Amino acid sequence: MMRTLVLVDHDNQNLGLQTLNTITCAKALGTVDVLVAGENCQDVVNACAQIADVQSVLVADGPGLKQGLAEAVAPVLKSLAENYDALLAPATSLGKNIMPRVAAMLDVQQLSDILAVVNENTFKRAVFAGNAIQTVQSSDPIKVITVRSTAFFTAPMTGGHADVKAVPFMAPPELSKFISTERTVSSRPDLSSSTVVISGGRGVGSKENFALLEKVADHLGAAIGASRAAVDAGFAPNDLQVGQTGKMVAPELYIAVGISGAIQHLAGMKDSRVIVAINSDPDAPIFTIADYGLVADLFEVLPELAAALEE
Amino acid sequence: MKVLVAVKRVVDFNVKIRVRSDGSGVDTSGVKMSMNPYDEIALEEAVRLVEAGIASEIIAVSIGPQGCKDTLRTALAIGASRAIHIVMDEMANPLEPLSVAKVLKAISERERPELILLGKQAIDDDANQTAQMVAALLGWGQGTFASNLEIKDGTATVVREVDGGLETLKLKLPCVISTDLRLNEPRYASLPNIMKAKRKPFETIALEDLGIDTRPRLTVLSTDEPDIRPVGKIVNSVQDLVHKLKTEAKVI
Repeated sequence: MMRTLVLVDHDNQNLGLQTLNTITCAKALGTVDVLVAGENCQDVVNACAQIADVQSVLVADGPGLKQGLAEAVAPVLKSLAENYDALLAPATSLGKNIMPRVAAMLDVQQLSDILAVVNENTFKRAVFAGNAIQTVQSSDPIKVITVRSTAFFTAPMTGGHADVKAVPFMAPPELSKFISTERTVSSRPDLSSSTVVISGGRGVGSKENFALLEKVADHLGAAIGASRAAVDAGFAPNDLQVGQTGKMVAPELYIAVGISGAIQHLAGMKDSRVIVAINSDPDAPIFTIADYGLVADLFEVLPELAAALEE
Repeated sequence: MKVLVAVKRVVDFNVKIRVRSDGSGVDTSGVKMSMNPYDEIALEEAVRLVEAGIASEIIAVSIGPQGCKDTLRTALAIGASRAIHIVMDEMANPLEPLSVAKVLKAISERERPELILLGKQAIDDDANQTAQMVAALLGWGQGTFASNLEIKDGTATVVREVDGGLETLKLKLPCVISTDLRLNEPRYASLPNIMKAKRKPFETIALEDLGIDTRPRLTVLSTDEPDIRPVGKIVNSVQDLVHKLKTEAKVI
């Protein structure tokens, strides 16, 4: 039975939901403790203490940890590592930023973005934009792992009664300073965990035209996504990019609109349960992985779709 | 200010790779190889720093077999000042990110750059680790997934692409920056610059001469094709689509 520690993704108020998938992954390895590093993050600590099967919530709460900077959080994880056989984090921008720094401090080769646990040394992960799946065995005495959330179930947020322990930590080194953040404000569900996603590509043509997707999304309670081409063209903000190096999504329903289907995009969404493609080009590669394809002009079809869903 | 840029030779982003049917790996024989696209962005950013009078020299490093010489020549043609090839056995497996980070640390200790610019991810192993690891090993700050970079008065101001949007950090130099897609649009090498690149300094170092333990920590037990999705259907109208989503797929 391994002892595991999961780094909690949060904003000092709310628990990042992808943490729950990481906890499910950690449970496949052994016992689960979690680390909340932040400032005035009591609400997050309380939420973590109720997650089923979490044994202990370790809390590093203090100035310097508020923004989750890698230079500040990595030493906290390193100082706790000797008590654990595996350190895990969701493969979010927080986890991807911090965990390799921790791994190098521990002289460990990290396992990135894992899809499955085979046994306590062996894991599956995607390479080449998801076009090959490797089964890899680690010989490191401690495993440092980031977890692809869509590959694991969400751990229940209730039923647990973990004990809460403060852990000591050093003042962070003065290498980096947080200046500001520009959050995309949206009332829609989170792209990474939404059960329905509608994404637009270059074919949508403009930022204004994304309103056509919004109308459909309203009826489906969907999150909005975008292809790299749409983000590069300024039609959609960067954090909506779905793909190899953007967000990985696997909703129940994924609707790709005006997206040709470059392999880099497919890498981020091909594990969706049902894929719908709407594109005017019958030869677009997106149709090769779609369950339902509609060869049509999106400007005619989207208003029709919104109307049909309203009925 | 010296800038160190690492460039990885990878299967070109347009190539659909083939997995060997015996599970032994990906077939790369005869496949087009190119500079990792994120590394092109890192190099472009370094060239722009030179053009802006902020950087004085760009050292391009590549680790791998002889083919990396082509990647480095491209880097010189795009604007690197000189190249260092850490050469290793043609048949050896590529180094793991931790080993790459150790090599880059050794080169950095010799060259003393104030800035290391790296791609956030290589499009072959999709690890997204090296920049963070180099920063850790050197004890430097890290600005990962950068979409904007400004160097001024001994600090780097970096805008990062994060899950919720954008985040701005200030880092003390020296530091490590990893590049995201929106940082810049890399240029192509012009013919005169390709010719000029042939006269730029090009150093070759044998990996074993660095005295770094690069033995792998991971063993790839098998490499398999991902599950293939069943062939889908073409529907003829929005009504037909909605009907099928309701009754057949049962997702709405």
